[in-house]
Amino acid sequence: MSEFSNALGFYTLFRKECRRFLRVAVQTVLTPVLTSMLYLAVFAQVLADRVQVYDGIGYVQFLVPGLVMMTVIQNAYANSSSSLIQSKMNGSLNFLLVSPISAGEIFAAYLTASIVRGAMVGAGVLCVALLFVDLPLSHPWAVILGVILSSALLAALGMVAGIWGEQFEQMAVFQNFIIMPLSFLSGVFYSIHSLPDWWRQLSHFNPFFYTVDAFRYGFLGHSDIDPSISFSVMAVSLLLVGGLAWAMLARGYKIRE
Amino acid sequence: MTYAIEVDEVHKRYGDVHAVRGLSFQVEQGEFFGLLGPNGAGKSTLINMASGLVRASSGHIRIQGHDVERDYRQARRQIGVVPQEVVFDPFFTVREALELQLGYMGLARTPEQQAWLDELLDVLDLQGKANSRVKALSGGMKRRVLIAQALVHRPPVVVLDEPTAGVDVELRQILWRFAQQLHADGHTIVLTTHYLEEAESLCDRIAIINHGELQALESKRELINRHPYRLLNLWFDGDVSLPSALEGKRVAGQQSDGRTTLKLHKTQDNIGDVIEQLRGQGAVIQDLETDSPGLEEVFIEMTQRPHKQSQQGGEQ
Repeated sequence: MSEFSNALGFYTLFRKECRRFLRVAVQTVLTPVLTSMLYLAVFAQVLADRVQVYDGIGYVQFLVPGLVMMTVIQNAYANSSSSLIQSKMNGSLNFLLVSPISAGEIFAAYLTASIVRGAMVGAGVLCVALLFVDLPLSHPWAVILGVILSSALLAALGMVAGIWGEQFEQMAVFQNFIIMPLSFLSGVFYSIHSLPDWWRQLSHFNPFFYTVDAFRYGFLGHSDIDPSISFSVMAVSLLLVGGLAWAMLARGYKIRE
Repeated sequence: MTYAIEVDEVHKRYGDVHAVRGLSFQVEQGEFFGLLGPNGAGKSTLINMASGLVRASSGHIRIQGHDVERDYRQARRQIGVVPQEVVFDPFFTVREALELQLGYMGLARTPEQQAWLDELLDVLDLQGKANSRVKALSGGMKRRVLIAQALVHRPPVVVLDEPTAGVDVELRQILWRFAQQLHADGHTIVLTTHYLEEAESLCDRIAIINHGELQALESKRELINRHPYRLLNLWFDGDVSLPSALEGKRVAGQQSDGRTTLKLHKTQDNIGDVIEQLRGQGAVIQDLETDSPGLEEVFIEMTQRPHKQSQQGGEQ
């Protein structure tokens, strides 16, 4: 029996997930755009004339791709994790679990819906930012691939958290103690070359650093490390985390027990 | 022959708790089947294993011949379960909830399917609420939505897990009429309920589960006949002291209408002999009636038997 034979089931779940976040678009789309704009306003005001990371690139130009990527990853994570934990808590996940949908189809639907939300919110931040700053687009393929790989990676991580979590409080711990610090320390606001050696070395263990650096390369043509390394790290991380999420769904871990 | 449901040596363990202990039975095509048992007996666990919500620790369940694990897609297309708990997705309207379930089942929104959804909305009196969000509905209305969701794919096997728990009399009547209509249309119905008179009036065969084990599986008539007693209600003129042979058969407690009730064995106690004994004692009988036990008496007797393993200190 094929893992992907219920295409309509997959599409229905994908569409439902998109409609779910669009029904509360003020909370899921507009709020993160506004928050990113506040970061941009504050940091640009304070640091614009004091920091230059790459030659010929202003700080605001440096900052915008990082802010966009931070928004993308946080929203991709929030989409799958919050949807799963909510549907577990209110019992509506059962409608899915009694349906002839495979673990692979469920995984793919949550993943793609989260990519859509991440890309949509990221595009919103970028569009508003472009009203205030000119941004080059050096490697469009790196921008697109960066959004897809990073939001897919975070969507898979959100699935792991949503399947594992049993209470909203556990999700808040995951969000506030793992996702938020890793995204803030991923080089959104600085180049890792400006950091002390120990911190710079430590940054290489933060997977979010690679998402920001590769995405920034797509716009500016500059990056802290070779973008091929960043994309490789993202792809391998996606395989590992995605594989874990898929396996949890297939086994029914904490959802069919 | 393909059974509607085939349960084969199914066990379910939650850590140290052995919730289902080697259940095996079959539900025939087109039956109205009752699944009874006290709270915690393992009924809902069994239903959840059949629908795919819970994995069995061992054993097999087949729906219309399809194994719920190996051939889960076909198995889930054959069964619709109305869950005991009222659950809903707060983001969507009634119609959207039904359309989503249709899509999950892999069924396109063809005119024929739309007509079926409309029919479900009509029969369950939900048409006026079709565009309301499910979260805004009353508890009874939410339960009707659950029934409609379980039926969007027209499953040949319908499981109703205590569908009338906590609903008012009117809705209960609607639900039972609907269940009978489904049965008349050829669906196999499996019903769990705490209202034993409903199981008695609706079901062809009844399984009684207790402590995760099958206590009985018989036709309703056979099950009731298992109770080897009948009750003899007597009204005497004045006070009467029963003969010692009958005193042991008196049902404890005095009824407010002055009756004395004797519990007589169907084959060993002859009512004529009992009346003769009473007359010999000088009793003047004003009136009498006999009362045959129903499912409730059988159920109580079977489920109140001490559990072997708990007596022996086995796992619970």
